[in-house]
Amino acid sequence: MTVDTVGRFERVLEGLEVGLERVTAADASERIETIAAEPVIGVHLPFDGVALPASVTTDPTATELTAARTGITPVGFAIAEYGTVAVESTADGAEPISLYPERHVAVVAESDIVPDLSAGFDRLADGFDAGRDSVVFATGRSATADMGDLVHGVHGPGDVHVIVLEDR
Amino acid sequence: MAQRTRSERADRIRHLLETEGPAIHAHASASNARRKETYGGTDDLEELRTEARSIKEAAIDRLPELIETVREAVEENGGTVYVADDAADANAYVADVVNREAADGTDGDAAAVTPSVVKSKSMTTEEIDLNDALEADGIDVTETDLGEWALQIADETPSHIVGPAMHISREEIADLFNERFAPDDPFETATELTRFARDRLGESIERADVGVTGANFVVANSGTIALVTNEGNARKCAVTPDTHVAVAGVEKLIPTLSDLEPFVDIIAKSATGQPISQYVTMLSPPTDSPTLDFDAPDEPITGDGEGAADEPDAAAGTGDPDRDFHLVLLDNGRTDMREDDQLRETLYCIRCGACSNSCANFQSVGGHGFGGETYSGGIATGWEAGVHGQESAAEFNDLCTGCTNCVDACPVKIDIPWINTVVRDRINRSDEPETYDFLVDGLTPDAESGGLDPGKRFFGNIGTVAKAASATAPVSNWLADADPVRAALERTLGIDRRRDLPTFQRESLVDWFEERGGTEASSRRAARANSRDSSADVDREVVLYSDVYTNYVDVDRGKAAVRALEALGVPVRVPDLPESGRAALSQGLIATADRQASRLYAALAEDLDAGRDVVVIEPSDLAAMHREYERLLPEESYERLRDGSYEICEYVYGLLENGAEPMALSTGTGSEPVAYHSHCQQRTLDLEAPTVAVLERCGYAPETSSAECCGMAGSFGYKREYYELSLDVGERLAGQVADTETVVASGTSCGDQLETLLERDVPHPIELLAPGGSRT
Repeated sequence: MTVDTVGRFERVLEGLEVGLERVTAADASERIETIAAEPVIGVHLPFDGVALPASVTTDPTATELTAARTGITPVGFAIAEYGTVAVESTADGAEPISLYPERHVAVVAESDIVPDLSAGFDRLADGFDAGRDSVVFATGRSATADMGDLVHGVHGPGDVHVIVLEDR
Repeated sequence: MAQRTRSERADRIRHLLETEGPAIHAHASASNARRKETYGGTDDLEELRTEARSIKEAAIDRLPELIETVREAVEENGGTVYVADDAADANAYVADVVNREAADGTDGDAAAVTPSVVKSKSMTTEEIDLNDALEADGIDVTETDLGEWALQIADETPSHIVGPAMHISREEIADLFNERFAPDDPFETATELTRFARDRLGESIERADVGVTGANFVVANSGTIALVTNEGNARKCAVTPDTHVAVAGVEKLIPTLSDLEPFVDIIAKSATGQPISQYVTMLSPPTDSPTLDFDAPDEPITGDGEGAADEPDAAAGTGDPDRDFHLVLLDNGRTDMREDDQLRETLYCIRCGACSNSCANFQSVGGHGFGGETYSGGIATGWEAGVHGQESAAEFNDLCTGCTNCVDACPVKIDIPWINTVVRDRINRSDEPETYDFLVDGLTPDAESGGLDPGKRFFGNIGTVAKAASATAPVSNWLADADPVRAALERTLGIDRRRDLPTFQRESLVDWFEERGGTEASSRRAARANSRDSSADVDREVVLYSDVYTNYVDVDRGKAAVRALEALGVPVRVPDLPESGRAALSQGLIATADRQASRLYAALAEDLDAGRDVVVIEPSDLAAMHREYERLLPEESYERLRDGSYEICEYVYGLLENGAEPMALSTGTGSEPVAYHSHCQQRTLDLEAPTVAVLERCGYAPETSSAECCGMAGSFGYKREYYELSLDVGERLAGQVADTETVVASGTSCGDQLETLLERDVPHPIELLAPGGSRT
């Protein structure tokens, strides 16, 4: 993983109209809170020294899931080449929480950004071997052209932000 | 299904050209342009296509084994695999799963009033008419893909395998929704329509007992289904209800996760020109995601799942214990397709729609014209013949003109034109009487059995027809133009009376060449040219292939080719050679084409052995030698002819590259604009560029057309039922070149079509380049 990889990731995300912010673990909580529109739901962030903002509801109810405007989840890894984040189907609900709210904030460690799809499949295979065998490659915003013109935010989020946690 | 008559077909196509064509063309041509751009920007595209192809070949080869592998994997994960023989079998199984799940009452309103299903887009469930079957069983079905939902409301069928509602404009969808839902403020914009649909469908998803999805790929050894979508509805259908049913054709199986990579990389590129689609969902269900119980809206969604997950429960597999998963693998004719050497390739199809988008006829009429019961576009002929039967394919198979635009578009390199040719051949044969008359059959010039459509037989044997017409010209031309004759031609052969017929020349190219002194005279002329320009001593000899059209109709381009070659110092022979088989192939007369290929090769073998170069003017004939002959000749013969044959301008380019002097030809001023329309098959052979290069080196400023096709496609534009479609396609090309004074085209029929539409001469580029200029 090189700085170039993160730079490439950022440029590709820009083309997809997805925001990217690089933050330190210490600043992460504050930055996430700024981006998140309330009500906010999320799942525990498994990164050292990174906490969810206090306003975030974890273990949401079905009502909270559909009412939330923002969902915050960690992602297993990201692929710079396509601007893709890998959302794992975990028991804490990362998949629905990344999907139902209109805004998804994906949190990824800088060291988990891989350069290309091939490296992404290597990571995917490692995860499968470890039992993490249901993953969504999410790239950009939910979209459709079925109603005559391109519209974002159909069944999935119409607004996506990626928080990159700088290596410590 | 009864076959439509010629005039019913003409009416149907005219109707589609007016109603659905404009919306289809706008979307399909835009997707095709984006695909080309994305392909162009993908450095390893060819490697990707080759890899994807070889994975599919191997997977279909090992299919029975992969079915057992996936059964074990899914069962180990805690799910169930059901292999359904046919549509009824699959539908009954899904209905049973839904009814049992609804009776359980864990989803939806307790003791569900009506069992309900939400679906994401799946052509395979369209193939088996799953919705009708479930509804007949009292199950409520909601399509959640916005396009599919619009079709469900309109009670229509998909017009495109990727964009099912491509034929409906925004205005039409707004009218439909306004009528059905009577909102206080009528819908107008795509955003308003999308928001409404999302909210409405969101409620259906929350209430549903079962989520049904298709699968783009199924990874056998991990039991993983891959869904490629942009909207996110497939994710919601899979994660929300606690029961997930995935319906997939058995051909979707690939061995391992690593085999999935090239497909994830290429499918969005070929389908829509996106680098990757928004969501590539790879689930090995039942997944760990908690089920979403909207009947207990105030319980944490993770409640049940976490509690149960704490208890080791090996029997339930790895997923959330409330989840249930069924993989329905559909056969429905696929095992037979796998055994069929010609249709097997269809099973490699990943249903991306690139063949539809790249097809000029599809762009004009859409899948309701160029499609069968379920599938549409070029590959649909294979699918329909395989899963619904030849009759369904026969309805639209003629719309494939064999132009080969789809060949470079297909991400798994399926020879789609060949599948169309094969099925056409089978349709021709299926029409034959049970015991045909050997005596009558013996009198026909082709190698086909009786019962063939007279129009197909006429066009398939055009060489015989042309020879007779030339021998009796100009009387044959006057006769052919007479009204009663045109009426008879339309009635018996289906030749539209509005179409100009070719004017047959009394003196064929072969006769002209012999008259002016034959090979000896040609050698003298070439030697004189060489003595004038010593730098151009290339020491080659050419056998010019005088195809039917060049020989009897457009003799001028043949003469121009001879003069140009001689001026560049190359002696020419113009022997009387057999037909290439192109005409027969385009009518689906494979036995005839096979015989003609053998004869032509035999006639050329000595020239090839003597090191002479075979030069071909008509791109479609060269394409037969370079593409279809691989299937018709022994490998060595095929390669020998392919390696020794050239398109005329490609050959001239080679001569100029080897020192021949452009000044020997008719040169332009350097800035003289020329609009150049290559030929579809010539483009697929990558032979557009040499003509452009030659024109540039000879002082012209060529601009190439970007239109997919001229629409004429040999005999296609002559046929009464396709005449208007042919003009619709041709007008897009004519519009591109109309403003340029000099227009040239490489293909015979391309030139004819342009001459009709532009009402002026459209010569072959070699006529522009030959000494003395055009038409001398």
